[in-house]
Amino acid sequence: MDSALIPEGADRCSFPKFAIGISIVGAVALWGVYAMFLCWFKGLNQTNMNDYYGFALWIWADLAVIAVGGGAFFTGLLKYIFKVDELKNIINFAVIIGFICYSSALLILAIDIGQPLRGWFIFWHANVHSMLTEVAFCLSCYFAVLTIEFIPNILENRQANKVPFFHHLAHNMHGVMAIFAATGAFLSFFHQGSLGGVAGVMYGRPFAVREGLLIWPWTFFLFTWSAAAFGPCFTLMVTKITEVITGKKLVKDNVVHLLAKISGWMITTYIIAKIIDTIYWAMVTAPSLGFKMSHFYTNNSFYGYWILVTEIVICGVLPGFLLLNKSTRENPTTRLIAIVLGVIGVCLNRWVMVLQIMAVPVMSFDTWALYIPSWQEVATTVLPVAYGIILIAITYRYLPVFPQERELNQPRVDQ
Amino acid sequence: MIQDKKAHKFGMVIDLDKCTGCGSCMVSCMSENNVPFKEDESRKKDSITWMRVYKLTNGKSFPDTQVVYMPRPCQHCSGKGGHGHSPCVSVCPATATDYGYDTGIVSQIYTRCFGCRYCMGACPYHARYFNWWDPKWPEGMENYLSPNVSPRMRGVVEKCSFCYHRYQLAREKAYGEGRDGIEESEYQTACTTACPAGAIVFGDLNDPSHMVHQIVKPDPHPDPMNKYVVDKSRNPKVFRLLERLGTNTKIYYLSEREWVRKAGDNYLDGEWDKVKNHHGSSSHE
Repeated sequence: MDSALIPEGADRCSFPKFAIGISIVGAVALWGVYAMFLCWFKGLNQTNMNDYYGFALWIWADLAVIAVGGGAFFTGLLKYIFKVDELKNIINFAVIIGFICYSSALLILAIDIGQPLRGWFIFWHANVHSMLTEVAFCLSCYFAVLTIEFIPNILENRQANKVPFFHHLAHNMHGVMAIFAATGAFLSFFHQGSLGGVAGVMYGRPFAVREGLLIWPWTFFLFTWSAAAFGPCFTLMVTKITEVITGKKLVKDNVVHLLAKISGWMITTYIIAKIIDTIYWAMVTAPSLGFKMSHFYTNNSFYGYWILVTEIVICGVLPGFLLLNKSTRENPTTRLIAIVLGVIGVCLNRWVMVLQIMAVPVMSFDTWALYIPSWQEVATTVLPVAYGIILIAITYRYLPVFPQERELNQPRVDQ
Repeated sequence: MIQDKKAHKFGMVIDLDKCTGCGSCMVSCMSENNVPFKEDESRKKDSITWMRVYKLTNGKSFPDTQVVYMPRPCQHCSGKGGHGHSPCVSVCPATATDYGYDTGIVSQIYTRCFGCRYCMGACPYHARYFNWWDPKWPEGMENYLSPNVSPRMRGVVEKCSFCYHRYQLAREKAYGEGRDGIEESEYQTACTTACPAGAIVFGDLNDPSHMVHQIVKPDPHPDPMNKYVVDKSRNPKVFRLLERLGTNTKIYYLSEREWVRKAGDNYLDGEWDKVKNHHGSSSHE
């Protein structure tokens, strides 16, 4: 039915099967869209947020998708600037994942603000002292860069590519992509960092506040570093999921091993920095404000030391080790464990840096505040996941996303 | 930092030994500032109370139990070093909250706020409130709304303004009468005037003739123990909430009781005894 749109030589499932799959995920997306409109028309009273939890599930989701979407800028940086040529076989997919993550982040922000029609005030009345202003500017600009990076891949669709203008445009855009990759890396450095800065500058919140370099708290650098470290894990994880669902090998092992190795180095160096930061915060920063470390991890029913150990050791040190070590990196099972743990780890870090900050009491007579999101919050958080699945399914079906797919899936000739 | 010798620095001192916890300050504040009601006020964490009275105990069992009520308006922080970078002002991405260098008042511009709530996250005092609902008043009560204060719309943050409209009215009156400044009694917040125990004293911390200055005796020098702390009280019975964070609030609290003063901040084991007699640079004179 749609065979004319499918890349030449690529094997895809039947259209009815594809449509049924899309419909199922689409139903979930519609549920999220319904919740989104409820929030827009009835207001944020549809959520379980309150005056203690002004930042909640959405902001975590926002930070998490931006962190895991970091694979796009970092892979682009490696491919176009550091000339790691093997990564050309996964860069398209990294860009698509980044596009999904960043468009989701912008959508979440549009739902999250109390006056969505005034969202543009962040640009018009910009407060240059605010980390959130920097986030808004860099995020929007980087999303534009990601769109530019995505366009050549769209134009390579079998039918679009028949139009000479589109064919040449795609070709020429590939030629100048290094400029956009460099711009993207620059913008990502600042918006990933300023998202970390959002927490680090809150000097009224001893759990969040950090010293730093000039105007940037250490969380600024840690967020950028962690996005570059764990973003490729997410790219590899989604690639693996796509391979399992399609039943095909899409990227050669040497490419996966290389990206996993780079990620391993980044995770290990990041986690060393994170451990130093945590020790300094626990031993110097917090005590100087009158807080013992135990204050942040006891006397409540959820946030214990387990979250610190899980984030840093199980989902930080362990994946770093597994990806650095050649044998565990090249073993599909241990590699998968490592990249899944890595993705969980960075998401957990963002959770801690949003929700635990809000939960910890600061005034001596205040109490811990815990919160459970409403179904509308859950639905709107699931919405980007459903949207991501649909977009990946469509791009995989109609665009030449994986350059090695044909080679890796040649019809077997019986001897 | 903008240096203006004539600048006011409005602040408050609340005598916790006088406060009975009656809640008059809360009621007068809501009435004065057109604070709306929710249909269901049982969920206190999304109720709007610009002035909130906390109940503190000394943690001891009967008969040694002691209770204190602590009214908590916006603390109108002047930020680290008193430079005007309050925790909330410095983070607001749209400049919807601002620090008045001429008054020391932290303002909130409702029509500019787009409801990101970053300021709420940054405020350790929970002094900022979000309008989760459309503002509503019981039928007929709209007639009692103050014409001097704009009601807020759903989706924006609001907080105590030190009854800024009263300051504007006092200035207008003084201007009309050809006077340069305003008298202490001409600008008083609603909570101050409503407190039946006279526990709240409001005025200009920069003006030695004002009672608030005389009680607090603010130390203009940075605290030798913490360079970010300025305007520390030289009165041994006066303290501020979370002073160690360097927020430099303009709400001071007064109590004869040591456990109450200690409850104002966080201390490591044994730390309180070392610092309880420290009152800024005057302690080193």
